[in-house]
Amino acid sequence: MAVEFVKQDYTGKIREVTIGAGDKAVKVGGANSYPFYLFEGALPNPPRIAWEVWDAETDQWPEACKEPFADVLTDPPAWAKKLVEKHGAEMIALKLVSIDPNGKNADAKSAVETVKKVLAAVSVPVLVFGVNSVEKDAEVLRQVAEACEGRNLVLGPVQEQNHKALGAGAIGFKHTVLASTPIDVNLAKQLNTLLGNLGVKEDKLLMDPTTGGLGYGIEYTYSVMERDRMAALVQQDEKMQQPLVCNLAPEVWKTKEAKLSAQDDPKMGEAKTRGITLEAMTATLLLLAGADVLVMRHPEAVAKIKTLIKELSA
Amino acid sequence: MALSGLEIYKKLPKTNCGDCGVPTCMAFAMKLAAGQAELSACPHVSPEAAEALGAASAPPVRPISVGAGPAVFKIGGETVLFRHEKTFINPPGVAVLVTDAMSEGEVDSRLKAISSLQYDRVGLKLKANLAAVKSNDAGKLTALAQKAAGSGAAVMLMSDSADALKAAAASIKDQKPLLYAATKANADAMGALAKEMGLPLVVKGEGSLESVVALTEKLAGMGLKDLLIDTGTRGIKKALEEQVQIRRLAIKKTYRPLGYPTVVFPAEMTKDPVTEALYASIFVAKYGGIIVMSDLRGETLFPLLVARMNIYTDPQRPMATQKGIYPINNPTENSPVLVTSNFSLTYFIVSGELESSRLSAWLIVVDTEGLSVLTSWAAGKFAADIIGPYVLKCGIIDKIKHKKLIIPGVVASISGELEEEMPGWEIMIGPREAVHIANYLKERFAA
Repeated sequence: MAVEFVKQDYTGKIREVTIGAGDKAVKVGGANSYPFYLFEGALPNPPRIAWEVWDAETDQWPEACKEPFADVLTDPPAWAKKLVEKHGAEMIALKLVSIDPNGKNADAKSAVETVKKVLAAVSVPVLVFGVNSVEKDAEVLRQVAEACEGRNLVLGPVQEQNHKALGAGAIGFKHTVLASTPIDVNLAKQLNTLLGNLGVKEDKLLMDPTTGGLGYGIEYTYSVMERDRMAALVQQDEKMQQPLVCNLAPEVWKTKEAKLSAQDDPKMGEAKTRGITLEAMTATLLLLAGADVLVMRHPEAVAKIKTLIKELSA
Repeated sequence: MALSGLEIYKKLPKTNCGDCGVPTCMAFAMKLAAGQAELSACPHVSPEAAEALGAASAPPVRPISVGAGPAVFKIGGETVLFRHEKTFINPPGVAVLVTDAMSEGEVDSRLKAISSLQYDRVGLKLKANLAAVKSNDAGKLTALAQKAAGSGAAVMLMSDSADALKAAAASIKDQKPLLYAATKANADAMGALAKEMGLPLVVKGEGSLESVVALTEKLAGMGLKDLLIDTGTRGIKKALEEQVQIRRLAIKKTYRPLGYPTVVFPAEMTKDPVTEALYASIFVAKYGGIIVMSDLRGETLFPLLVARMNIYTDPQRPMATQKGIYPINNPTENSPVLVTSNFSLTYFIVSGELESSRLSAWLIVVDTEGLSVLTSWAAGKFAADIIGPYVLKCGIIDKIKHKKLIIPGVVASISGELEEEMPGWEIMIGPREAVHIANYLKERFAA
């Protein structure tokens, strides 16, 4: 006897957003069903990985993450180049850690130089991240926007408090905005609305729901993303139909469980594989919740996730 | 099919007596239909109606108890497709596969890992639940079963042979083992065995839901109630689709032939241990009942158990850490003292930042009823007259020589009142974000 499947009726789809410029530009979004429910929908652009490059403070990374990049950890352009050429990176997530007012507090000029050098080294799309400091991010990313016109960077995190400065910069110099809100559906919608009112076009807008690592609040992110997708796909909420970017790598690798050595706690097993599993499993859950772009760090975790995406979207 | 409110109403006394706590029978019927009330709340319903309604109001995914004694755990009983709609209820059991093809050493290390790889986290014990032992030989299966029974976990007996299952199950019947599996070829014998021994039985299909339904309908017809479903599929994409459809049909259509917990086999889907763990995490999120792994290793088991805890956390209830003094990195009498809320996430983030800073500190967690710093401050639960007295009496005074307390930057406004509550203490205003704690401490407390 045939079992009749229950089909979900979808009334909306995720908008397609193009990141970067030229022949290496990447299109994300476009799904018209819950993540990987391909028995009732289409996934024209499977989720992508953006590889992390930090411009400072990589000395605090766990050994497992330093090792594959030991030769380039203090040289962002060489690092980005290595990611593209050796690891096949399709996107770079450049973290301007150096500008942190509580850290090195580098000025905008030096940050702009770093971004320009990275852009000169690679032609794949680049997501440029500030440090979650409302004022400093606004100051630095605005200048990055101006100096890098034409590359269609992704600039973030753009928060409600600095959305005007950063939104205007992105519009003026034709970049894409990453709207960041603290794990909340309504706040996400509100910021999308504000950016829309400012003039940021829907095909230039990505959402960052704020990511918790495994064991550190991923369940909140997971459910908020599921609700984001529900709003977008079955509840006719057009403001929520933007692709989702999950900045998971720093959340995973800063936890004590990712850093612990096997000697510290034998029950936790081999350290490198544990860290890779934590990163890849966080990514897996975020994929199931609706991530379109995953910001990741370890090459082996990325390899596992790329294979998984291929298997699930085949 | 689930009954509509109107269909239920027709079977109720229609007296509007209100004894059930709802003013009218119609309103009560609507609540029953929505799963928000129990029929037993109505003292006047006729036995015939109760039977008809009872069958219709049984949970859409049958709850099943696996194992006995301290090893017992529950699966099934789920009522939603998305955890935010209410909550997921019974976390899937994690099983480790042990077969007669393994050496004694391989068998022993797997069984030992069930008890040695357990983790304490936010007051919960994270652990694997089940040993799945497999052989078609009655003697070998019985030997494995007895070994597994001594592991402290529940046992799933796996065999194509009903005779082997019978012998092994009889030898550990007090452990209430789970039987695997009834197939098209042996369903009659397996069904009879499960019925005779009163044990739950897994059906194994041939890679389609139709093949599963043929089995569950047949076995239900034999009077068996505690069934589990292995669709037989071993590819991740199709397995995900099946899990979704099984759960949807059960919940949205109350489709009884698929209203049972599932058994899934990452162990048989890949040879790569990390990928196996990732598949397992997919089944944690998407509706697995028992997840069978090829081995238990700390580096992959710990992430999986944490994922299971996270996904099965009740989203309606804030997660709280116990109040108290938490020593970080072996603090001394001169180490700084910080105070924060008992929202688990806040605690994890603050303690995580402190630990990775490699600086020593005392972290005092105040009972804020599971609310974050800012929320509890707004609700008056992270206030000077709660923090002050608690810090003074929690015992920290005996552990330190100074009188300095660091409060979260977002509640800087309470520092004045706190100084009044804690005479002689210096109240220091810490950073607004946990990520800046390390720098803050380095600047002010560097030796």
